[in-house]
Amino acid sequence: MPVDVEARVIRNTRLSSDYNVIELAAPEIADATAPGQFVMVKPGRGGDPLLRRPFSVFEVVREHGRVTGITLLSKRVGITTSMLFDAVEGDTISCLGPLGKPFELVDPPAEAWMVAGGVGLAPFATLAEALVARGTKTTLFYGARSGKELFYLDWFASRGIELKLATEDGTHGDKGRITVPLERELQRAGSAEVMVYACGPEPMLEAVAHVAEKYGRPSQVSVERVMGCGMGGCYSCVIPVKDSGGGQHYVRSCIGGPVFKGADLVWD
Amino acid sequence: MSGIDLTTRIGSLELRNPLMAASGCFGYGVEYADAVDLTTIGAVVSKGLFLKERSGHPPQRIVETPSGMLNAIGLQGIGVHRYIKEKLPELRRLGATNVINICGSTLDEYVELARILSDAEGVHALEINISCPNIKEGGITFGCSLHGTFDVVSAIKKVTHLPVIPKLTPNVTDVASIAKSAEDAGADAVSLVNTFLAMAIDVETRRPKLSNIVGGLSGPAIRPIAVRMVYECRRAIKIPIIGMGGIANATDVLEFMIAGATAVQVGTANFVDPFIWSKLLDGMRDYLTRHSIARIADLVGTVDTSTREKQWISS
Repeated sequence: MPVDVEARVIRNTRLSSDYNVIELAAPEIADATAPGQFVMVKPGRGGDPLLRRPFSVFEVVREHGRVTGITLLSKRVGITTSMLFDAVEGDTISCLGPLGKPFELVDPPAEAWMVAGGVGLAPFATLAEALVARGTKTTLFYGARSGKELFYLDWFASRGIELKLATEDGTHGDKGRITVPLERELQRAGSAEVMVYACGPEPMLEAVAHVAEKYGRPSQVSVERVMGCGMGGCYSCVIPVKDSGGGQHYVRSCIGGPVFKGADLVWD
Repeated sequence: MSGIDLTTRIGSLELRNPLMAASGCFGYGVEYADAVDLTTIGAVVSKGLFLKERSGHPPQRIVETPSGMLNAIGLQGIGVHRYIKEKLPELRRLGATNVINICGSTLDEYVELARILSDAEGVHALEINISCPNIKEGGITFGCSLHGTFDVVSAIKKVTHLPVIPKLTPNVTDVASIAKSAEDAGADAVSLVNTFLAMAIDVETRRPKLSNIVGGLSGPAIRPIAVRMVYECRRAIKIPIIGMGGIANATDVLEFMIAGATAVQVGTANFVDPFIWSKLLDGMRDYLTRHSIARIADLVGTVDTSTREKQWISS
């Protein structure tokens, strides 16, 4: 059951001129969150913005063994993300969650390959922790426009996550899209059992789902659609999903997702 | 505060309180059962139902605007038969009061829907959608004319014992005359307003932001217009009015009721705060206590215009 928390901002760390990680005191949400779930966030009380916006839970914060809050990874693109970027310690931000279907986890001998594009890194910190706790070998494929926009590399490395990086300008890792190292590693993977997880822009998700399928690996992708309520009430965040009969139908990504099997989606 | 009577009567239907979840803003109701005790809401109005399933419009289906939002969902829905089989049993178990919003492209479809739902257990009233701005066949052609409204309401009244509540569009010259036509046809109440036809354009791409090009505007931005329309209709008809349009707090509920609404519906605000219902009820009780009003029904239509100029309004 989701809860609505007037969450106090504990700290707000700017990672660059447009990325930030904001920590919110929402232990009730942190406690109940599974990897891949999201929260609906509303900074400010007025009519602008009127609606909440969806954010993946980035980290579950623990202090002295107790769960104290969550962080959100945000990129400043609109009004809500600007308010999150500018928020200061002590502000309160309304936070509704946890919402949505989480990732399905895999156990050894299966490996987990997480593929992130830009701010699509967001659901993979909690997923990585859950996978590591099960002893599942986990790799992060992480792509961005430039090396300056690759964040939290040490965080993942220190947890034993192998990193495969790509940047569009070639400043870090492979030059080009993240599918470059992904496809190379799939070619080398032999018969290893691999679950591919992906989050990022939809063209990237489509490319990752296709590459995974090409090499016979299942994928789970976390989509982001324009969302109104996060609860299944408004039917705005739909995404086309394949029917058994060859057709397609719209599924609400808030309650039917945001995590879908890559093979189930119809790409626009 | 405990002595306050919030019960509300809409024709033969008695509600625990005047708050209703607006159609298309609450899924089929079951989606919210984890968060909200549905017995605490006066009634749940279902998402608009056609006879058959509908896929709705392609995304993008909503866009936010100042203090409001446009939607063009296109009445995606499971159809009446699946609703009765898959949703209604759960809603009965949850103790919800169910008002079913029905949409047809022809008069016969409305009549057929009314017949089917009249035989279903757990249906308490029918809201007749003759006002969806987003699809051609959603009855808007009925809702935009006096004759169309009269014909659809009187045809449905002939085949059902349930309270019949046409939902009116604000996209007409004179909503009060449409309301009068509904009353003359035997409607038990009217609900108003549906959304205002509107449009938003991305100036960078010069494309409409909605796939459907146009959509319906809801949210606090429309509230003053909706209040005025409820006020106009209150003067034109005797049957109960269910008012809606941008209600976001208890003050807004009270404003609609004072303007003449017997009950109200909450839509967009539920997207922002699914826990709004108990907050609205607390605020209403607090107001009634402060004003020593024992029954909320006594508040309806009590707007005092005696000291105001009112030549602008007809009739």
